Parts: sequence; C-alpha cells; structure tokens
Amino acid sequence: MRAKVHVFLKPGVLDVQGKAVEQALHGLGWDGVSQVRVGKTIEFDLKAGDAAAAEAEVKAMCEKLLANTVIESYRVELA
Amino acid sequence: MKAAVIVFPGSNCDRDCKVAIERSTGASVEMVWHGETWLPDGLDLIVLPGGFSYGDYLRCGAMASLSPVMTEVKAAAERGIATVGICNGFQVLCEMGLLPGALLRNEKLKYVCKAVDLEVTNSQTRFTAGYQGRRQATMTVGNGEGNFFADEATLDRLEGEGQVVFRYLNNPNGSARDIAGIINPKGNVLGLMPHPDRAFEPELGSADGAILFQSALASA
Repeated sequence: MRAKVHVFLKPGVLDVQGKAVEQALHGLGWDGVSQVRVGKTIEFDLKAGDAAAAEAEVKAMCEKLLANTVIESYRVELA
Repeated sequence: MKAAVIVFPGSNCDRDCKVAIERSTGASVEMVWHGETWLPDGLDLIVLPGGFSYGDYLRCGAMASLSPVMTEVKAAAERGIATVGICNGFQVLCEMGLLPGALLRNEKLKYVCKAVDLEVTNSQTRFTAGYQGRRQATMTVGNGEGNFFADEATLDRLEGEGQVVFRYLNNPNGSARDIAGIINPKGNVLGLMPHPDRAFEPELGSADGAILFQSALASA
C-alpha cells in the first residue's frame, strides 16, 4: 500500500513561505492569487493488512513524528 | 557541580556550551552522544545545545526529540533536574512536549544573527535568580526558525503564570508577544532562542549569559 501524507500549517498559523510565494506570483501578474499555503507531502510504501489498519497506523505516525499538531494539520491518502 | 551537554548529529554549539559552563561556573561538563541510553550520575544541569540537529530535517528538533538519550533526558527533567534548551535545544524541548508552543519560520524569512537586548521578565526562576535587580540582558541570537508560536490561551497562561522568562526588546523574528524564553510550570525546564553560551565573557561582547549558567548551578 502506498501512503501519502500531506502536512500543512494550520489555518491561522502564519505561513511566511506561502506569503512570499503569493507576493512572487502577484509580481508575475497573477493578481487573482490569494491565501497561498506551502506544505509538504511525505510518501511511503506500507505493509498493512487492510485500509483501516493502514490508516490507523499512518495517523499514529503523524501524531508521533510526521506532523507537529501544535502548528500543523495533516491529511492521509492511501492507494 | 556537574553538567551534561547532549550532542546530536548536527549540533554546533555543543562545545561552546561546554566551555561557557566550565568558565562561568567551574562545573565539570560531560558531553553525551544522542545515541546513548544513559546519563551520567549526579547531574545538576542538562543542556540541549544549539545547532541543526539532523539537518533540521522534517522540522527543527523533531528527529532529535526522538533520539535514544531523550528518554533519559525526559525522565531526568520530570525528576526535577535543571534542563535548558538553547536555540535548537529550545525547538527540541517544544517538539518533546516538555515546553508548550513551537518555533516557526522567522516572520521576515531571514536568518537572524545578531546581538539582542532582552528583558529579564522573570528573575525568580532558578535560571535567572542571578539577574536579580537587573532588568536587561544582552545575548546573541542565530536562528531562521525562532518565531515562537502558541495559541492565545497558552500565551495567556504563560504570561499569567510567570512562565515568560525572557522577552526581546526589539523582536527580531516575529515571536508572539516578544517571547524569547519560557519555563515549565515546575520551574526546572527552560527554553530560549538567544545564546547564553555566546555571551559568557566581556570579550564576546556580553557576559550576561554567564549569569544564567551560574544561577542554574548555584543551588547545586
């Protein structure tokens, strides 16, 4: 099973990188861009019995290491 | 008096801390590799030094907080042993949950490396008792992710309980409420972004950092 974990700063937590990217896009003429957020994706293969077990395991990984839930939220995709 | 400095792969202020503590207090300082599963006996102070542990991969301090020796550090901190995290060490303490909040990317996206003037907000702690009567201290900062963040309720609690120990007089990185250093409720775990280890004798521009190490070891 392939897991994808998307990690983003929570809404309300200042994303200075997102802000810088937004300003750069505005500078290139894309004035319609707003609310840019920069996150990261972590992908890996996982041996797991079924989807439910895999999801529980990946969530545990997020809580323990992959995300800092004080400032970040995460979303898990399994395929 | 005995102190330990934890050395992670990528720490770069570990030896600065050792020299700073030795010269300012006369304590013996042991360097402890992060992969160890023990700490020396009879420690009076544990220091998590500055640097870029694990190359700042994933998040600053995230991997270091899970290093084998950190189980022992956590247990020692919970037993009440004085523990201070400086810069990357502060990030590690937050990642471990020994201190609340987190350190975000600096507001202006710049790595800030300069001397900063600090307010000694709480001089009643075991780390700051020596600043008694002095309301200011000067140390240097060197960080790209030193922007302290916590939710409003946590910030209110930190301020209300006297857990804000140092504040920036001219906030260099966007830290919430100008916070430069905080302490846990029990008063034995301190985290700060400025480097006392780079300000321990006048030749370095300031000797104010020495007072922190002297205070921390005064009760030993």
